[in-house]
Amino acid sequence: MRKALDAAADGRAAQGQMSFSRPTDDTLLVRLSGSWKMQEGLPSATEVLKQVESGPRVQRVAFDGQGITAWDSGLVTFLVKVLFQNSQKQIETDQAGLPEGVRRLLALATAVPEREGAARKTKRISLLARIGTDTIAAVRAAKEMLIFLGEAVVAFLMLLRGKARFRRSDLMLIIQECGANALGIVALITFLVGLILAFMGAIQLRQFGAQIYVADLVGIGMTREMAALMAGIIMAGRTGAAFAAQLGTMQVNEEIDALKTLGISPMEFLVLPRMLALVLMMPLLTLYGDLLGILGGVVVGTGILNLSLTEYLIETQKAVHLSSFAVGLVKSVVFGVLVAVAGCLRGMQCGRSAQAVGEAATSAVVMAIVSIIAADGIFAVITDALGV
Amino acid sequence: MAPTEARITVQNVTMAYGAFVIQRDLNFSVKRGEIFIIMGGSGCGKSTVLRALTGLKVPATGDVLYDGVNFWESDPLQRDRTMRRFGILYQSGALWSSMTLAENVGLPLGEYTGLRPSEIREVASLKLALVGLAGFEDYYPSEISGGMRKRAGVARALALDPDILYFDEPSAGLDPISSKLLDDLILELRDSLGSTVVVVTHELASIFSIGDNAVFLDPETKTMLAVGNPKRLRDESEDPKVRTFLTRGEPVAATK
Repeated sequence: MRKALDAAADGRAAQGQMSFSRPTDDTLLVRLSGSWKMQEGLPSATEVLKQVESGPRVQRVAFDGQGITAWDSGLVTFLVKVLFQNSQKQIETDQAGLPEGVRRLLALATAVPEREGAARKTKRISLLARIGTDTIAAVRAAKEMLIFLGEAVVAFLMLLRGKARFRRSDLMLIIQECGANALGIVALITFLVGLILAFMGAIQLRQFGAQIYVADLVGIGMTREMAALMAGIIMAGRTGAAFAAQLGTMQVNEEIDALKTLGISPMEFLVLPRMLALVLMMPLLTLYGDLLGILGGVVVGTGILNLSLTEYLIETQKAVHLSSFAVGLVKSVVFGVLVAVAGCLRGMQCGRSAQAVGEAATSAVVMAIVSIIAADGIFAVITDALGV
Repeated sequence: MAPTEARITVQNVTMAYGAFVIQRDLNFSVKRGEIFIIMGGSGCGKSTVLRALTGLKVPATGDVLYDGVNFWESDPLQRDRTMRRFGILYQSGALWSSMTLAENVGLPLGEYTGLRPSEIREVASLKLALVGLAGFEDYYPSEISGGMRKRAGVARALALDPDILYFDEPSAGLDPISSKLLDDLILELRDSLGSTVVVVTHELASIFSIGDNAVFLDPETKTMLAVGNPKRLRDESEDPKVRTFLTRGEPVAATK
């Protein structure tokens, strides 16, 4: 009451209120007055229910809305609830006393009944059931990945037979995007990694007076391991995510469907050029990374360890064999395939919404990085066993 | 018409992307409580004009007035307040795909009203019921059909009980019956809420069944050719382009 008076004192309309009366024994008349706007706080529909339940049995609920000064959805929400309560109790509702606009909105709101079975019930899923569904999903994901790889191989065979259908200009664009445009970031990262490797080695090796072996450490470390790994991870974040987002958006826009219905395999037209581009560019980026990494080592060797440039380079030449380069380059090709597969697979599997595109890009990057690291581990074991 | 009646006034507006002019010298006004149609062939810049009205794109020249207040020259806060009174249905619904329908409708309520979450949920359910989507509160936009998405877009546009409703191509992508139902909904909402409605469309059936007033934009001369009640324009317009458009290009007799 106090609040209503204050509001009136402010010069605004009084807050929405209701009062009850019983013109006949089985009729409840609800008198509504004031401003029924949701912002201002409204009486609850359960008050009507309480009135209905107190006293003799009510057959009919009627309204008098003459005192209503203003209303919005708050009033309609309130009335919808009252209508629902009444129908539950099989009480008739007389809407005649309500403003016309309100009556029309009520009619509109109840015109289309709630569709049977449309409403969602939150079900509790037992732990076992969840493990089961997750396992089935994992098996299905593995199967999808295998199918995708198989299709990619088929597309590649088509390419070898010169029958693959894709646009050469697309391939060139993608090569530019994931090759030339990535030079800057690859240069920066591999240079810094070379620098860091040299610093780490320098501290240890200086204790034995063996500074010169920093050149060996950096040279072998970069060529066999770090250049390919860094290029792979950069490509995963840069290009893998871009592939997934691009293909995902094409999925959303039905562009992939348009290709399929034209009889053009999206595997050949979209996935193949992307894989080709990455597989071609990764070794080049890695080679470039090798050079920049060794350069990083040179900066530390000549600048801090007082080695001469010739000394450093000759030591590098002695330490790094062609086989080291070969190991790095083979790895880089494999990493390229992994990044391209992760990006394209997630893009092609993408759902048809903005959120799904985001998820596709995220999971493409995660999948690419995890598989790169895992593959690198396998390489370490294999090269050790083969003695290269 | 008396100037006081005009809810929205467009004065000498020119819309352009850089130096590329889309529409020039637009002058029209929308009266309170009427359904106003912005019509014209594809690519004539209807939606661009709508962007100037809804606060998404500054006109190259000219003014947009709401109740006599210059919209684009008022300070950003004032403009935000004006924009909050709009309800806008975008062409493809533009529902946020990461949210359920109830959350889509509830977001503006949560941002701009002090309602409790349970009350927001009730109001959202009401709005969805108004557009015939009762029971679909917990569906994601990707799980329902295009027509339903559009109606859910209307529910979101209605969330804050707007004074002015903007519809961008409401019938695009809908079957004739669904688009008729949507037209009926627009009429019903105007009548029960008393809102002012601006509809961008080239759907003739809609234009004639709901339009009180209309402006015709021409892509060739890049300006408006006619203003008036669409039926009257069809029967009485002097301009052959306007009549051709409103009669679906079927040859019109030289004399009506």
